[in-house]
Amino acid sequence: MATIRIPTPLRAYTDGASDIDVTGETVGEALSNLVDRHPDLRAHLFQDDELRSFVNIFIGDEDIRFMQGLETEIDAEDSLRIIPSIAGGRR
Amino acid sequence: MNVSLSCDLQREIFDQMEASYPNEGGGFLLGNAQDGIVSVQDIMQVENTFAEEEQYHRYAMTPQDWMRLEDEADERGLSLIGYYHSHPDSLAIPSEYDREHALPNFVYVITSVMMAKATEMLVWRLRPDRSAFDGGTLSIT
Repeated sequence: MATIRIPTPLRAYTDGASDIDVTGETVGEALSNLVDRHPDLRAHLFQDDELRSFVNIFIGDEDIRFMQGLETEIDAEDSLRIIPSIAGGRR
Repeated sequence: MNVSLSCDLQREIFDQMEASYPNEGGGFLLGNAQDGIVSVQDIMQVENTFAEEEQYHRYAMTPQDWMRLEDEADERGLSLIGYYHSHPDSLAIPSEYDREHALPNFVYVITSVMMAKATEMLVWRLRPDRSAFDGGTLSIT
């Protein structure tokens, strides 16, 4: 079963768990499985069914944006990681 | 939300923000949070990676920065509890851009830097419905 590592500020929505086992054959299916079980995560990961622009998904050191995005296939040994892009500015 | 920050760490942030002027600077806050009390125990300065010509009003870190520093915080038994950045020649109030990129359960420390001098530090937290930030109380110890 693949795992997804949850960034610290979102662990409040996974009962404090940092690593969650997920089912699915693609990154998108794995994320759907994650938010189905932890629904409060959805608003912070997705906007209109698309990943929010500041939400990055890595498989190991690889950003899925440079792979096949949410269609990227995964296997049971894969470790996924949700990484927020931190950004800010005065206006 | 009440955020506790030592005078030394506040000075360190102010020095970094003033050195970054007229561009924005920033970094991570490490510590712990419990029952609405947030204790900042260390900071980690992080280079502004936004396009150089936009750094006067934008700040960004890379995902690799997050991975590296989250792992380092975990190894030290601390948590990433928030991030700080500056608003050069502007108020220490979150912008719409800040809100769009914000995370819940994270402390946002904004420092206003006027004419190269850090003048005000305010703390904020995103509402769970992402609609706005709420201000918190900053205690300098």
